[in-house]
Amino acid sequence: MTLRSHIVVDRGTFRLDVPLDVAEGEVVALLGPNGAGKSTALRALAGLVPLSDGTIDLAGTQLSRPGHAAPPERRQVAMVFQDYLLFPHLSALENVAFGPRSTGTPRAEARVLAAGWLDRMGLADVAGRKPGRLSGGQAQRVALARALVTRPQLLLLDEPLSALDARTRLEVRADLRRHLRDFPGATVMVTHDPLDAMALADRIVVIERGTVVQTGSPDEIVRRPRTDYVARLAGLNLYRGSAAGGTVAVDGGGTLTLDEAMDGQVFVAFPPSAVSVHRQHPEGSPRNVWEVTVVGVERYGDRVRVEFAGEPGVAAEITAVAATELDLLPGRAAWVSVKATETHGYPA
Amino acid sequence: MTQPQVEQQQYRRPPAVLLLPALVGTLFLVLPFAGLLYRAPWSQAREQLTAPGTVTALRLSFVTSIVSTAICLVLGVPLAFMLARTTFPGQRLLRALVTLPLVLPPVVGGVALFTAFGRAGIVGRYLDSWFDIQLSFTTTAVVMAQTFVSLPFLVIAVEGALRGADSRFEEAAATLGASRWTTFRRVTLPLVGPGIAAGSVLCWARALGEFGATITFAGSLPGSTQTMPLYVYNTLETDPFGAILLSLILVVLSIVVLVSLRGRWIGTPA
Repeated sequence: MTLRSHIVVDRGTFRLDVPLDVAEGEVVALLGPNGAGKSTALRALAGLVPLSDGTIDLAGTQLSRPGHAAPPERRQVAMVFQDYLLFPHLSALENVAFGPRSTGTPRAEARVLAAGWLDRMGLADVAGRKPGRLSGGQAQRVALARALVTRPQLLLLDEPLSALDARTRLEVRADLRRHLRDFPGATVMVTHDPLDAMALADRIVVIERGTVVQTGSPDEIVRRPRTDYVARLAGLNLYRGSAAGGTVAVDGGGTLTLDEAMDGQVFVAFPPSAVSVHRQHPEGSPRNVWEVTVVGVERYGDRVRVEFAGEPGVAAEITAVAATELDLLPGRAAWVSVKATETHGYPA
Repeated sequence: MTQPQVEQQQYRRPPAVLLLPALVGTLFLVLPFAGLLYRAPWSQAREQLTAPGTVTALRLSFVTSIVSTAICLVLGVPLAFMLARTTFPGQRLLRALVTLPLVLPPVVGGVALFTAFGRAGIVGRYLDSWFDIQLSFTTTAVVMAQTFVSLPFLVIAVEGALRGADSRFEEAAATLGASRWTTFRRVTLPLVGPGIAAGSVLCWARALGEFGATITFAGSLPGSTQTMPLYVYNTLETDPFGAILLSLILVVLSIVVLVSLRGRWIGTPA
């Protein structure tokens, strides 16, 4: 492990307590809602926020423990800030050369180094421009080059794509992915966008209210969410309850039937597209059928997402045609069914 | 589509109640200059400007005000940094002390300087007996008086600029390996450059116009402590019309500097 850390930052009403280990070449995404403490964790790793407790070790060197912290400039850590913070009075080239210059590289050498990185980023022709004259995507790449040129052991990315518009974002994300793959050190990225996390990270650590609620590969996180927040990100219906022989008594009311026998505390997840909606009690075989009330209807292209209250509440995704036929309006009663084979149960 | 435009125009027109006082204020500021221009004995201009007394006073004013501005920069920028970027016990008190010369009558400043650095002053006494250095009534005293009254202008301007500058740029510099000194030199200073320039101009103008503290602490000796404002005051007693011409020199000088710096340094950053 390149990075071994236990980050504890106490701020009176808010406490961040996150153990975080990252291997060389690994990209870990800290995913969580706003105010979860992701950025604080990143700033603590950079040395911009002191630890209240815990330690940070990077490549065998202890950077932080309570009461003692190596200042940011003495850490082999580089950071790409959310709004990049490119120095407005320096050209793109001088921005990238700033790190090497600050650590004692002669001016000419630093410039050659910086020019090489800008070239790699496809930015050779804007090297002389001030940040104010760079596009969002260009500024993002300059910021990345400025961080990578210092050859850090640990690269920190704070919401690296959030300042970009949707189209640039796709393009820059692909680029960033390529550069992260080539980067030999450890990377910790903070994001609240699950797509960025899925696309860029080897491992996702989900943080809510200052603590880690789930960690795993992007695939695991999507398939087996453990909190409502993650389930919503993955677009799944998620329930927690106690199972006895494949029938789950859902916490908060209702029962669900799985297609396999399970016992004890479990999660049950299924996608909204697995939910069928009916006006009357449906005939036939589905094991899970219950009556619900329409709460909200949202249209996405030719699909409609319908939120139902009931025991349990559920979200369904159906075609716009079906939604019109069913005449789903808030307050209307309906029946929903979910095949047991569509449900996915796993231990809580 | 036209409605928002109309609204915007109405918004830009000032309330009538403000218009009259603003006009009166403008007149009040402009009329004295008009008076100077109107009453100036233009026929004597050439003679007066090249008179040895004028040249001497002008040169002394130039040299001393520039030296005091330089001293203000060296002392004031670090002081402003301490006030804006750090916290320490007694900081509020320090800020109050720094701004004190701003509200103090300059004559009082001169008396205060005298009690500190005069021959019998708490510091001046030892300078005199140990090093045989007398500060009062010297050109050094002129510079000290000017520095004393103009330092607050620089500190306040630079502190304001520092508070307005995003300190996260400094964090970014630190994560790139820059020491605190390098960060200050290569990031902080350039970011607050316009603020420093603006502060320097104010500071210099204040030093150039300094009268009360100078005459109290340095006296009015032609050649060594008699700066332009003192010379103007002196001339007023013997040759009122000549004093008008000399005043105009100071006005023109100030305007030239303000205008030449305004476009380049003091304008709002793009």
